[in-house]
Amino acid sequence: MRITDDSPPIVSALDRPNSYIGRSVPRPNLARLTQGRAQFVSDLTLPRMAHVAFVRSPHAHARIVAIATAAAAKAPGVVAVVTGAKLAKVITPWVGVLTHLKGIKSAPQYAIAIERACWQGEAVCAVVARSRAEAEDACELVEVSYEALPAVADPETALESGTPVIHPELGDNLTFERVHVGGDPDKGFRDADAVIETTFHFGRHTGVTNEPRAILADWNEGEGRLTVYQGTQAPHMMQNLFAKHLALEEHQVRVLTKDVGGSFGIKVHTYADEMATVALSKLLKRPIKFVADRIESFVTDIHARDHRVKAKIGVKNDGTITAWEIDDLTGIGPYSVYPRTSGIEANQIVNLTGGPYTCPNYRARARVVFQNKNVMCQYRAVGHPIATAVTEGLVELAAAKIGMDPLEMRRRNLIPDDAYPSSGPSGIKFEALSHHESLAHLDAMMDYAGLRAEQKRLRAQGIYRGIGFASFIEVTNPSAAFYGIGGAKISAQDGVTMRLDAQGALICHTGVTEQGQGAEAVIAQVAASSFGVPIERVRVITGDTDSTPYGGGTWASRAAGIGGEAAWQAGKALRANVLACAASILQAKPEHLDIRDGAVVDRDGGNERLPLHELARIAYFRPDTLPPGFQAELVATRHYVPRAWPFAFTNGVQASYVEVDRDSGFVKLLRHWCVEDCGTVINPQLVDEQIRGGVVQGIGAALFEHCIYDARGQLLNGNMADYLVPMAAEMPDIEVGHVVTPTADSELGAKGAGEAGTAGAPGAVMNAINDALRPLGAKPLTAMPFTPGRILQALGRISESTPT
Amino acid sequence: MKPAPFAYAKARSVAAAIELLASNDARLLAGGQSLIATLNMRLSQPALLVDINGIAGLDRIALTNAHIEIGTLVRYAQAERSPEIARAAPLIALALPHIGHTAIRNRGTLGGSLAFADPAAELPACMIALGAEIEIVGPQGQRAVKADEFFKDLFETALTARDVLTAIRVPVASGATRVGFAEFARRHGDYAMVGLAACAQADGTRLNDLRLAYFGVGATPVRARKAEAALAEGDVEAGVSALAGDLDPPDDVQASGAVKTHLAGVLLRRVARQLGRAAS
Repeated sequence: MRITDDSPPIVSALDRPNSYIGRSVPRPNLARLTQGRAQFVSDLTLPRMAHVAFVRSPHAHARIVAIATAAAAKAPGVVAVVTGAKLAKVITPWVGVLTHLKGIKSAPQYAIAIERACWQGEAVCAVVARSRAEAEDACELVEVSYEALPAVADPETALESGTPVIHPELGDNLTFERVHVGGDPDKGFRDADAVIETTFHFGRHTGVTNEPRAILADWNEGEGRLTVYQGTQAPHMMQNLFAKHLALEEHQVRVLTKDVGGSFGIKVHTYADEMATVALSKLLKRPIKFVADRIESFVTDIHARDHRVKAKIGVKNDGTITAWEIDDLTGIGPYSVYPRTSGIEANQIVNLTGGPYTCPNYRARARVVFQNKNVMCQYRAVGHPIATAVTEGLVELAAAKIGMDPLEMRRRNLIPDDAYPSSGPSGIKFEALSHHESLAHLDAMMDYAGLRAEQKRLRAQGIYRGIGFASFIEVTNPSAAFYGIGGAKISAQDGVTMRLDAQGALICHTGVTEQGQGAEAVIAQVAASSFGVPIERVRVITGDTDSTPYGGGTWASRAAGIGGEAAWQAGKALRANVLACAASILQAKPEHLDIRDGAVVDRDGGNERLPLHELARIAYFRPDTLPPGFQAELVATRHYVPRAWPFAFTNGVQASYVEVDRDSGFVKLLRHWCVEDCGTVINPQLVDEQIRGGVVQGIGAALFEHCIYDARGQLLNGNMADYLVPMAAEMPDIEVGHVVTPTADSELGAKGAGEAGTAGAPGAVMNAINDALRPLGAKPLTAMPFTPGRILQALGRISESTPT
Repeated sequence: MKPAPFAYAKARSVAAAIELLASNDARLLAGGQSLIATLNMRLSQPALLVDINGIAGLDRIALTNAHIEIGTLVRYAQAERSPEIARAAPLIALALPHIGHTAIRNRGTLGGSLAFADPAAELPACMIALGAEIEIVGPQGQRAVKADEFFKDLFETALTARDVLTAIRVPVASGATRVGFAEFARRHGDYAMVGLAACAQADGTRLNDLRLAYFGVGATPVRARKAEAALAEGDVEAGVSALAGDLDPPDDVQASGAVKTHLAGVLLRRVARQLGRAAS
């Protein structure tokens, strides 16, 4: 029996006295952030620091014929003007491939383009000056002669023989292809009473962070040491990459990441301009800072989700799904992004499609192609929103076709809650999920029957509302199966080092990083609970490769589940060390003692025996009073990596309630619900914030966000006026519910929650819009974002051949 | 996103501002809500910014029997709170909440919006619908230009490089005045995909002196004169059909011309209801 309360109580196995697990404690970093005392890289200055700005290609594809730098070099404040050829002497190029993505290929990418610019926005020259303003002034004086080359813009034609090959040495424009067949799809489709086929389009979009990408690199020639302050999700990964490409050893590189103004997966990649900044520091032997401005962010921050998926479902009249088929095509820009590659998103779509359901008959093909647009790579909920929208779009189209209620359709096909361990049609393994319980919880939470009655009543008045659902699964807590086995030096394990300070407080170093999502709070809660001090006595230190344990950082919803478990284990280990010390002072048996609320107490009865500050005083300043041969060890480190399962899958279901104006094609979001199961909930408020923020980003994909390129590979809306991020005024109230199925892979039992909202929202909104428009005979909408023009077209209000 | 170098001068009088504008490549700085963004993006690189924010008296709202005069430096937020504007120029009061967000409305000025003349902005269309006059002071003295003749082309107005727009004069609404305003924007506060500002004088069921000013449909606000004729006779659907002859909106990143034309018809029906509602 699982707990289905919206604010799950403390899970019994973790119910230590003074436990903070399951409580919405305020984040310890809140005051720092709200008082403007956070340490963002954008705000940092160092002595002798210079700023770099980049001259960027206005062409999607062009040969660089010549670069005249003399005028820029003489401009006020300029320190250096550096071309790609010059910079290549200090930094080597990279190739974004992984061995477990069989056949993936890419070309060497340089920190600054040398012979060719391959997308609009690629840096072709760096200007270093005393200030960013002076660097930008001098950029205007750099004269680059380009010979424009034909641009490959459309993925649909990228593999055709008449299309130029972007990297001739690779032979074609195919980056990666994966084919998967599970069960017997042909028989599945033969057994179907109805087969529904459609094509889904997903708009290329990007994550828009409050703080843009920022890096400050400081090469100290005398010390032979590179210090890099960087807004990144993965400090140790970057340490490895800086060392590798600058011919240094890792101990010569220190990466510092304090506060980061939002990441969403945008800041977990190798960016050419950031690598160039580090190389410039080495070349010029002084601190160099680069902060991307909003305009260059739009053409350099990774994009994502640009997919066309032809999809098919077979269904029997009783609602049984008999087969799935997808054919995915995606264009990822001219390079596979290093080191995680740009093949993962398509690979995830193959992995996740059909995932919540029992039907094993599945045929999938995914093709990833090069094109002359900004690079695409992993953004929050990699592949999930696409796989979920395709799966759930098919499920609701099939339900409509056979005249079945969409919730009933799911009840008949979702993997039963008592069938675990189980696996998905692609072969992915599930430890324990709760699709049916989540569905039942959602049904009650939203008063589904009541909403359907309201919908019917309003339709009679000419008001068209729709209800749409999306069941989903989410990959969290990844083991080495994600990147490590493919040869990338990206740590799957993470560690926590805990030290009792001289006044009995806890100093806690963790390898996971804070991006504004609350990792610091979660680590502090777990550390305080596991060891036994008030949370005010825990100081969490993140983001310093010199002092924090080696770890992966924050991505793939891993900080709470993996970093949290390391903190739990470290807390237990340090408690044992401290109790050993206390036992020797008190001449008691350690097993008769415990640490609660900052003091050593009798395990039974809880009588206070020794405050921790007194224990620390004795251990640090009067060890001479301890028994001979006893050495107090007031530091403990523990690491954790999931071993039993490659990933801790989570699950959930979302619902969207919308009203579509049939005259204007505008969609009003009325309400949104999400029931999710991330296992043990450490901090309900932070989990709910993750879900809500994720839902908003998913709604952005469904209705607003779109990087619009023309046929020549030019981005047409790369600014905050024309690129529509979702705003509060248009957002519905988002209600969050929980089902709790802890993972048995860790004692904490926590899985990730960072991407569930984003995974399900686009599919739910799509299904709601189609539900609203179905009685009007509208053609189902399957191309995101669902703009008023596209909706008017589906309604026949404007002709199908007219642009929208 | 740092502006190219520029000089800065703060004018203490309109005359001083005009004097400063004599220097080559000078631009006036009012609320800065459009200009500063274009500077930062290096879309414009003036040599001198002439700041008129310190000129006394340009932020007055004055009511006479025939007109309400709105000083060029009146901020949107100030106009929103003005009981005089609510009473004498209700169309402007209807339009103001659609302009940007609070932070923008706190800083942006009515005069700045007209001088910048963004074709998708609300206020230029309101001025045309209201038959407003724009007061301009230049080296040769003061003159007034009717709104119909003020907006020349994309970001081009009757203002010359040495002119200062000093005030807006709008006829005071009477008991017979009917106004309507509606726009479609993907997100609240965005520039409209298409919008409509309308004003008329009711005479029984007839609408006299009806002015329909669309924005977001061309290089300037556009009067829909054929639709005006139909709607004045009370035939809304004929007005909607006539829009095809009145408007030829170009495609942009938010919507195609076809979508804009369709939405213009939806707006006309809504605004016609507002004009009718006010009459009853």
